[in-house]
Amino acid sequence: MASIRFDKVQKYFGRGEKRTHALANIDLEIRDREFLAIVGPSGCGKTTCLRLVAGFEAASEGAVSVAGKRVTEPGPDRAVVFQQFALFPWKTARGNIDLGLRNKRMGGEERAKRIADVLKLMNLDSHADAFPHQLSGGMQQRVAIARAYVLDPEVLLMDEPFGALDAQTRVVMQEELVRLARVRPRTVLFITHAVEEAVYLADRVAVMTRRPGTIKEIVDVKSMREAEDWNRFERIEDVMDLDSFVHLRTRIWKSLREEKDS
Amino acid sequence: MESGRIKTGFVMGPKLSRSDALGLGGLGLAGFLGLWGALSFFGIVPVEFLPSPFAVGSRFIDLFAEPFAGFTLPQHLGSSLLRYLYGVLLAACIGIPLGLAMGWFHLLDDIVTPIFNGLRFIAPIAWVPFAALWFGTGIGGPILIIFAGAFPPCLINAYRGARFVEPRLVEAARMLGTNHGRMLTEILLPASVPSIVAGLRVAAGLGWQSLVGAELIVASAGVGFMMVQAQASVQTTTVMAGMVAIGLTGLAIDVALRQGERWLHNRLGLD
Repeated sequence: MASIRFDKVQKYFGRGEKRTHALANIDLEIRDREFLAIVGPSGCGKTTCLRLVAGFEAASEGAVSVAGKRVTEPGPDRAVVFQQFALFPWKTARGNIDLGLRNKRMGGEERAKRIADVLKLMNLDSHADAFPHQLSGGMQQRVAIARAYVLDPEVLLMDEPFGALDAQTRVVMQEELVRLARVRPRTVLFITHAVEEAVYLADRVAVMTRRPGTIKEIVDVKSMREAEDWNRFERIEDVMDLDSFVHLRTRIWKSLREEKDS
Repeated sequence: MESGRIKTGFVMGPKLSRSDALGLGGLGLAGFLGLWGALSFFGIVPVEFLPSPFAVGSRFIDLFAEPFAGFTLPQHLGSSLLRYLYGVLLAACIGIPLGLAMGWFHLLDDIVTPIFNGLRFIAPIAWVPFAALWFGTGIGGPILIIFAGAFPPCLINAYRGARFVEPRLVEAARMLGTNHGRMLTEILLPASVPSIVAGLRVAAGLGWQSLVGAELIVASAGVGFMMVQAQASVQTTTVMAGMVAIGLTGLAIDVALRQGERWLHNRLGLD
């Protein structure tokens, strides 16, 4: 059971006059093995939500807990995939993936096995010994995802992971992530500002308001996906053509649009 | 080539080829030596005060074979370099780890910074009396003085490197469960390499500059010692030959470290 719970979370930045109210009363549960995407206007605090779960920030009021345990600091049970990859430039792909395992004091043989496994899963076999600057953006993000997945984390936190990629690479990575979610389901919190991406990937999509950010509504995508059997399509554009997809996308887009205009 | 024109400081002009730049440098040097030669040749400055460049040059060469104060110039230089190496290495071995640790542990930063900031403005030469008192005139005293010159840039640059490492990388490392020791050695140290190397270059320069001061209290050998001895017997030519040796060696050290720095940057895929 690895659910994520936001319990009446308030977040302020700064003190005194300069204090800003970033998150207001966030109450949200992401269920075990659920893929939840948060969309919202820029600066609404969606990344802050993720950073609270990661343990990079602390809630000003209320609590964030994962698998029933209150989050107090970062840890490998909550693996993060960053928008700018955040790979260590002085380590090879393998070295980047290995660090978390070494930190767990895992034996060499077990590590080698796990790394080989995740490299295969992410189609990185031939790039294991390349340094990040020798890899394309898409490849770098694969390494970052592999680095997170190899730890077998309870939850996966993805902060606009494809935001820095070009359009084509982005599509490939989105399809890849859907494949991954089927092979190795995890509880995922996914932050994005791209509505289509959210609808394509997520089981539920949470829409946030402008600052101070609150959860405006939560749209269920999973029941529609199952009813219309989106999974029969391999390619993202086929799914995007479906009336059911367009309907959901438009609905979320409108909801988001109200926030942007007001 | 049109793109060869670059803006350098105040001057807009074609970027010089290497040989042109060397030629201009040679012209400057020739002018300097000419002016110096004229000053002593025409007796504008008495030779006891300013020996001619020719005299200094030939003294410089003589000193390679003819011992002064017990040793030839290369022997003095060798003993200076050894002392210098110890001093700079000691500064690097203490300054870099301490700087990194101060960049990571705020408590340590708060404790050490005030002391360090007070001490680092004391010129290395000001330590001479204490260095002699505490460590004597053997190897210890001079090393302390060179150390005093080389230590601050080692520490400051390692500290800055650790302090200004990309926050995302630190977050990524923490998320992966990295402990403090590994954070220092595998994240902060490699991330700080460019800054540390730049600091080492400054440290090498300042350490070498402190050399003469350090060798004021040496009783055996060294270029600084040779110069002090020569000064005592008013042999200005020998003093200036020592200055030439120090200048040239300093230049060689700097050029070597620049090359090393460039090699490292290529190696790490920077610039």
